[in-house]
Amino acid sequence: MQKPAVPQPHSSRAASWVLIAAVLALAVAAIGCVGGWLAPHRLTPQKLVDQFQRNAGTFPGYRRNHAKGVCVEGYFDSNGNAQAYSAAQVFAPGRTPVVGRFALPGSNPYAPDSSVPIRSLALRFTQANGQQWRTGMNSMTVFPVATPQAFFAQLQAQQPDPATGKPDPAKLAAFFAAHPETAAFRAWAKTAKPSASYATERYDGLNAFFFVDAHGQRHAVRWHVVPEATKADSDAARAGDTDYLAADLARRLQQAPLRWHLLVTLAEAGDPTNDATKTWPDDRRSIDAGTLVIESTTPQDSGPCRDVNYDPLVLPDGIEASDDPLLPARSAAYADSYLRRTSEEAHLPGTAAMDAKARGEAR
Amino acid sequence: MNTNTTTFALPARVLHWLMAVLIVAMLFIGVGMVSSVSERHAWLLAIHKPLGIAILVLAVVRLAVRWRNPPPPLPADLPALQKLAAHASHWLLYALMLAMPLIGWAMLSAGGYPVMLGDSLRLPAIFPASPVAFAVLRHLHGWLAALLYLTFLAHMGAALYHGLIRRDGVLSSMDGRRAATAILPETVDAARETGDAEPGDPA
Ligand code: HEM
Ligand code: HEM
Ligand code: HEM
Repeated sequence: MQKPAVPQPHSSRAASWVLIAAVLALAVAAIGCVGGWLAPHRLTPQKLVDQFQRNAGTFPGYRRNHAKGVCVEGYFDSNGNAQAYSAAQVFAPGRTPVVGRFALPGSNPYAPDSSVPIRSLALRFTQANGQQWRTGMNSMTVFPVATPQAFFAQLQAQQPDPATGKPDPAKLAAFFAAHPETAAFRAWAKTAKPSASYATERYDGLNAFFFVDAHGQRHAVRWHVVPEATKADSDAARAGDTDYLAADLARRLQQAPLRWHLLVTLAEAGDPTNDATKTWPDDRRSIDAGTLVIESTTPQDSGPCRDVNYDPLVLPDGIEASDDPLLPARSAAYADSYLRRTSEEAHLPGTAAMDAKARGEAR
Repeated sequence: MNTNTTTFALPARVLHWLMAVLIVAMLFIGVGMVSSVSERHAWLLAIHKPLGIAILVLAVVRLAVRWRNPPPPLPADLPALQKLAAHASHWLLYALMLAMPLIGWAMLSAGGYPVMLGDSLRLPAIFPASPVAFAVLRHLHGWLAALLYLTFLAHMGAALYHGLIRRDGVLSSMDGRRAATAILPETVDAARETGDAEPGDPA
């Protein structure tokens, strides 16, 4: 191929400049397109987390959801029963250290413990080989919605009306009418009462995952933990006491460690793995994989759970994500919440200050 | 001194184009994943981490190749300011292709995450767990990614300027066509051959 060794004549130079400009403009447009600048309706992690802040206020340094909670530490004693289904080291017989967190759903770290009938338990198992399993579980049997888009719509419907300070009942009704998949959750919520203790609750992972056994075979599963403690201290929730859960937990742990059994439910053909609004039939086999033992608790502003992001997609070899669309959305939104709260801890310029709404709550 | 100073050595050219594709892809993957809540977020991140570490390894190999095969000099008639811009931007690109993966790795370490490159391959932490360090590094990862993309745009624009407007052999020193035509007595070739590249001088 022969090519001119001298600079271009003036006439075609302009064309070359136009070509160069066009290539550069195209490259800018391409990255913008991928980043969603041209798709303002795309649901992003930032939009989800902004909506939490819009609903409850911005509390610097706190999680944007499940903001009120306490750290706990302990271990998991595996009995080896789940080993046939998952090659994860945590299921081999033996002990794995755990850093966990009990919490209330909602973005207000000052919310009264009785304000919601749900409690949560998040766990981080650190295997001897350095891999980790993180999971966040709620004390309910189904999730209200199946997709991040529906979850976003629910958060929007729950946004307090500035006039009343409460969600607009008409908007909530419209949301539920448009989302019949919330029926199972609403039926559960009707009878649910705020428990007087974290210790007596059952916590459900809700999303499905795959266990992968030593032969590479995948098994669709869900997991939950059931407490050995059943007696809730009835006078714990004295009228006017808004922070009884942390005190109850500390009191119980002073006497003895608390125990839960980790139950892994195996799906059968046809059980949905992508829909957290649907339970699997009751007769599905559950394996008792071992005992979770919680030994101590510390406040969340100084405890070891503070800087942990309980991202449900931090998984060891032997556990994989299912096709549940909530899982990647949780992973992405938790990462954004984590970045916001760690940036606030670092006092980086431009990070959120406590807004007026939050100051009102913190008083 | 190298025998052929008009083109980059073959390994340098192969590495340049391979890494150009990989690095630009990484920028798109990164921007795409942080703006999505779909399963795209999960699978792009699963590509992002091992590919980023691969770029780190390739960048080290590339610098070694460069040290063994000094690059051809820029055209002697190139204005000094443009030469300076070329050298500075090339060093910036090298710095960023090393820094970006190191920062990605360090920020996950600081965040207390296991640095997983696949289902079971885990890299050790290269930074102690610290929320402050995580936040700083995570923002740095985003800002330096933006700087890398802007530098890439300037670099691509400059390459096209050399190839389409100056037609001074700079573009062909990297795209390999020069090797086939180097026997032609071209004035620019002559200019380039008299250039004064030092082995450590980023051309
Ligand atoms: C798309 C749906 C969801 C979104 C957008 C979402 C969002 C969030 C966010 C932003 C946090 C704070 C994360 C942090 O800063 O560390 C959080 C915490 C949490 N979420 Fe979700 N969530 C979703 C679904 C779920 C589901 C299905 C469950 C139950 C299985 C769940 C259980 C939890 C728990 C237990 C925590 C507290 C973790 C801790 O104690 O640190 N979430 N969620
Ligand atoms: C050449 C190398 C790399 C490039 C060009 C690159 C580029 C990017 C970009 C553009 C983003 C989005 C930033 C933003 O908009 O805030 C990003 C995010 C990220 N990168 Fe990288 N990266 C590289 C290497 C790595 C490596 C080696 C790792 C880890 C081992 C890593 C981990 C991450 C993580 C965890 C995120 C954030 C994900 C999230 O917040 O959801 N990166 N990267
Ligand atoms: C369409 C895209 C690209 C084109 C047309 C292109 C073209 C070129 C050309 C012609 C040179 C030789 C300059 C000279 O003679 O001194 C060069 C050098 C270089 N390019 Fe690219 N490039 C592209 C993308 C990239 C990307 C994405 C990177 C990395 C992020 C990169 C990094 C470099 C570096 C570091 C050098 C200096 C080589 C050295 O002196 O060792 N290039 N490029």
